[in-house]
Amino acid sequence: MPTHDVLVIGAGLAGQRAALAAAEQGVSVGLLSKVHPVRSHSNAAQGGINAALNPEDSWESHAFDTVKGSDYLGDQDAIEVMCREAPEEILHLEHLGVTFHRNEEGKLGTRAFGGASAARTYYVADITGQAIMHVLYEQLMKHADSVARYEEWFCTALAIDEQGECCGVVTRNVADGSMELFRAKAVILASGGNGQVWKPTTNALICTGDGISMAYRVGAKLMDMEMIQYHPTTLAGKGFLITEGARGEGAHLLNAKGERFMERYAPNKMELASRDVVSRAEQTEIDEGRGFPDGTVELDITVVPKKRIHEALREIVLVGKDFAGVDITKEPIRIKPGNHYTMGGVKTDVDGRTDIPGLYAAGEVACVSVHGGNRLGANSLLDTLIFGRRSGVDAAARAKQIDGSQPAKEVLEAEQAKIDAIAAREKGSGRRVSEIKLELGTTMDKHVAVFRSEAGIQEALDTVRRLKEEAESAYIDDQGSVFNQDMLGAIELGYMLDNAECTCVSALERKESRGAQYRTDFPERNDEEWLKHIDLQLADDGPDISYSEVTITQWEPEERKY
Amino acid sequence: MAEYTLKVRRYQPEAGEGPYWEEFNVELEPSLSVLDGLLQAKDRDDGSLSVRCSCRAAICGSCGMKINGQSGLGCKTQIGEAHEAANRRNGGGNPIVVEPMGNMPVIKDLITDMESTHWEKIRRVTPWLLPHGDPPEREYIVEPESMIDITQSMACIQCGACVSSCLSMEADPDFVGPAALAKAYRFVGDPRDAETKERLHDLAEDPHGIYDCTHCFSCVDACPKGVAPMDQIMRLRRRAGQEGIEDPNSGHHHELAFVKIIEKKGTLDEAELPAESFAFGLKGKLMPSKRAIKELLASVPTVLRAIRVRKVKARQFIPGLHHKLPGGAQDDVKAIYAHAQAHREEFNIYIKGEEGTEPEPDEEEAA
Repeated sequence: MPTHDVLVIGAGLAGQRAALAAAEQGVSVGLLSKVHPVRSHSNAAQGGINAALNPEDSWESHAFDTVKGSDYLGDQDAIEVMCREAPEEILHLEHLGVTFHRNEEGKLGTRAFGGASAARTYYVADITGQAIMHVLYEQLMKHADSVARYEEWFCTALAIDEQGECCGVVTRNVADGSMELFRAKAVILASGGNGQVWKPTTNALICTGDGISMAYRVGAKLMDMEMIQYHPTTLAGKGFLITEGARGEGAHLLNAKGERFMERYAPNKMELASRDVVSRAEQTEIDEGRGFPDGTVELDITVVPKKRIHEALREIVLVGKDFAGVDITKEPIRIKPGNHYTMGGVKTDVDGRTDIPGLYAAGEVACVSVHGGNRLGANSLLDTLIFGRRSGVDAAARAKQIDGSQPAKEVLEAEQAKIDAIAAREKGSGRRVSEIKLELGTTMDKHVAVFRSEAGIQEALDTVRRLKEEAESAYIDDQGSVFNQDMLGAIELGYMLDNAECTCVSALERKESRGAQYRTDFPERNDEEWLKHIDLQLADDGPDISYSEVTITQWEPEERKY
Repeated sequence: MAEYTLKVRRYQPEAGEGPYWEEFNVELEPSLSVLDGLLQAKDRDDGSLSVRCSCRAAICGSCGMKINGQSGLGCKTQIGEAHEAANRRNGGGNPIVVEPMGNMPVIKDLITDMESTHWEKIRRVTPWLLPHGDPPEREYIVEPESMIDITQSMACIQCGACVSSCLSMEADPDFVGPAALAKAYRFVGDPRDAETKERLHDLAEDPHGIYDCTHCFSCVDACPKGVAPMDQIMRLRRRAGQEGIEDPNSGHHHELAFVKIIEKKGTLDEAELPAESFAFGLKGKLMPSKRAIKELLASVPTVLRAIRVRKVKARQFIPGLHHKLPGGAQDDVKAIYAHAQAHREEFNIYIKGEEGTEPEPDEEEAA
C-alpha cells in the first residue's frame, strides 16, 4: 500500500505549493493528480497575483478591498492572514525563478486590477498562472526525492477511519485502470473548482468539483456553495476567458450603441468595479436590448497602445485570433459574462483544516472564506499559494504527531464494485453520460447564473435531482483498463451532480442579493438576516442546511459602491 | 454548421491488434476546433476514442497531435481550416487526418507516452533555477528586458508538438530536442541563474546537445505558443560561442565565414568558404592547428561532389577569380553591415509583436 505522511490530491498551484511546503517540514509527501501537474487549471489564471508589496501600499488596504469585494461575506480573519502573507509569498516565488514583469528600475512592476484601490497586481505578461505553476513544477522536479509524484492518478473516494479521521484515499491509476488504496496521516484536497457544472464556462474540462464532492460524501461541511462567479469578459459560445488585465490596461466596455455603459453602474471605478458588479451591468444591458443580437457587449482593447498589448496581453491577442477570428489590436471583441469561479467549497479554517480531522482543503476546492460573495481578480492565485502552503505546513505537523491508521480494505472494494457496476450497464439502457452533462450545464447556466429567482433555481434543482437518477443508469462505451476516460467521465458526472445540487440548495436558501448571488425576487442585501454563511452537510435526502457566523475584525459592513 | 470527416489513427492496446484507421463524421461550426470535433465523436459515437485534453484554449498543452501530418494542438486548429488544408494536400473530398504525436510511443489512440520522451529530456537540462548564495531580502534586481526575453521560453506549455515534429530527433532519438533546449535557454538567459557557463558547456559537449539541431524550422512551425524553440537553440549556440566553447560542427565559424566574406566581396566567394569555415587559423599563419588541417581536408570530398553535380564550377574554387560588385555597391553592403552592428536587437515576439505584423508608424518613431 503506497504510504505517505501527507498526501495531496490535485497538483495545480495549491497542490504543488502544499506538497513543497509539507516536504520542507521533512515529512514524506505524495502528490497525486488526475492529469499531469502542468495541465492543471491554474494555468488559466492570466492577469496576475495581488500583494501589497509596495512601500506606499498596505496589507490593510488590500484586505479592505477584498472584504468589500466579497460583499462582506468573506471572513476577515482569513482575509487578514492572506493579505499579510502575500508580499512574502511573491518574493518567495521570485526567488524560485518566476519571471515577473519588472519596472524600469528592474524591480517588480505592477498593473491595475478590478476592485483594487492600488495597482498591486504582479504578473508575467498574461500567463501569470502558467508561469508560476511551471516554476513550482521545476521545484518538484528538483525535489523529486522528497515529493513522490503520481501523475495521472484519479481519486475516487476518501477513506475515513473508525475515529472519523481521514486516513487515506482510493485511487485509480489512469494508465492501467488498477485500483489502489493510499495510506496517509493527512490528506490535502487541492483539486480545484466545479466550473464544468455550467456550460459554457471558462474552466477546463477537468474542473468537475471532485474534491468538493468527495469531502461532502464523507460528511465534511461545505460553505457558500451558492457563490459562483460569472466573469465579465468571456467569449460567447465556448466561454473562453479574456483577462481582466485587459481592462486593467485600460480597455473599455461598450454596448451596441457604442456607449461606455459602466458610467451608469460604477461611475468611479468604471470597468474596474468588482466582477459581480460588471457582470450584472453587462447582463442588464444585454437583457434590456442594448447588447448585440448574439447576446454580447463589446470589449474595446484598441484603446491600449499596440506595443503594450503585445507585451502584456499577448495571450489575448492569440485567443482573439484563434478562437474568435478577431484582431484585438484593431477591433473590439464581443464578450459576455460567463461561469468562472467557485467561491464556495469545503469549509476550512486558515490552516486548511476541514471539520474532519486529517482532511485539509486548499485553493478553489476550499472555502476559508477569503472571497465571500465575490472574488477579486488576482486574489485566486494568492489564495492557492497562501493556503496551499499553510495546509502543507499544518498537515506535516499533524503527521509528525500521530501514528495514523490503516484505511479499511472495504473502502477500496466498495469503489471497485461501483466501477464494475458502471462498466456492466447495458449499452442503450439509459442515457449517455455526455447527454446528461450537457443538460446539466445548460440548465445551470440558464437558472443559476448572473440573475436568479426562486422559480428558476427550483427548476434547476428539480432537473439536477432527475439527472442524478438518470446518472444511475447512464452507460459508457469503453470497457478497457488503459486510459478509460469514459469511466472517469461517469465518475466525474457524479461529482458534478453533487456540486450542482448543493449550489441550488444554497442559492434557494439565501433570500437576498449579495456578491454573485443576485435574486430578482430579493434584490437587496439584507445584513440583518443574511450576514452569515450557509453550511451544507450530507444527510439522507440531500444536503442539510446550517449557518455559521461571518468573522468581522475591523471592517463593519457598509453599502458597496464602485 | 458544416459536416466534416475525421480520419483518426486509432490504437486500442487491449484489443490485441495493431493500429487502424477509423472515420468519424461530425457536424460543427468551422470556427470550432479539431478537438471539438473529436470530442463530439467521443460524446456521440464512441466513448472509447481517447485523447488527452483539458483547457480547450491552448494553455494546458494536453492535446498535442498531428493534423494532416502537421504537429500542433487539436484545440488550436480550427476544423474548417484543417478541412481546407486536407483538401489542398490531397485534392478535394478528403478527410481530416488525425494521428498521435511523433517521436513518442503511442499508449492508446491519440495518447502518447510523454514521460519517457518529452519529460525525461526536460529533466536532462537541470530545469530549475540555480542561483548562488542566499536570495536577497527583496527581489533580485534585473534588467526588465531580460525577463521579457525569457518569457518567450516560459510561454512553453510542454505540449510536445515541437518534439513530435523534430526531424533531428527522428534521426537521433537521443537528441535533447527543441522543448528541453528552449527550457534550457529559460535558465541560461535568466540573469538570476549562476551556472550559465556550466549549463552551456553541458549542452554543448553533449553529442546530442545544441549542435544536433539542423535548422529545419519544423519546431517553429509546430509550436502553438510562439516559443520558436529553434530560435532558443540558436541563442544557446551564440551564448556558447561567446563563452569560447568550440563548436564541433564548425557551424559557428561557418556562419562567421559567410558574414566576413560577404562584407568583403558582396557575394559569396566559394573559394574562400572552406578555408574560412573549417580552417580559420590557416591563412596568414605559419602553424595551422591540427584540427584546422583535418577539417579542411575532410571538406575536400564535399567540394568535389559539389563540382561533380555542378552545384559550383571548379573555377569558383580558384582563389582570386571571384568577381567584385560593380560601382559603389560594395560600399552599400558595408553600410548595411554598419547599420546591423549599430542596431543589435534580437527578434522577440514579446517586444516586437507577431512575426509578419508591420510596425506602426508611431512604433518606429519610438524605436
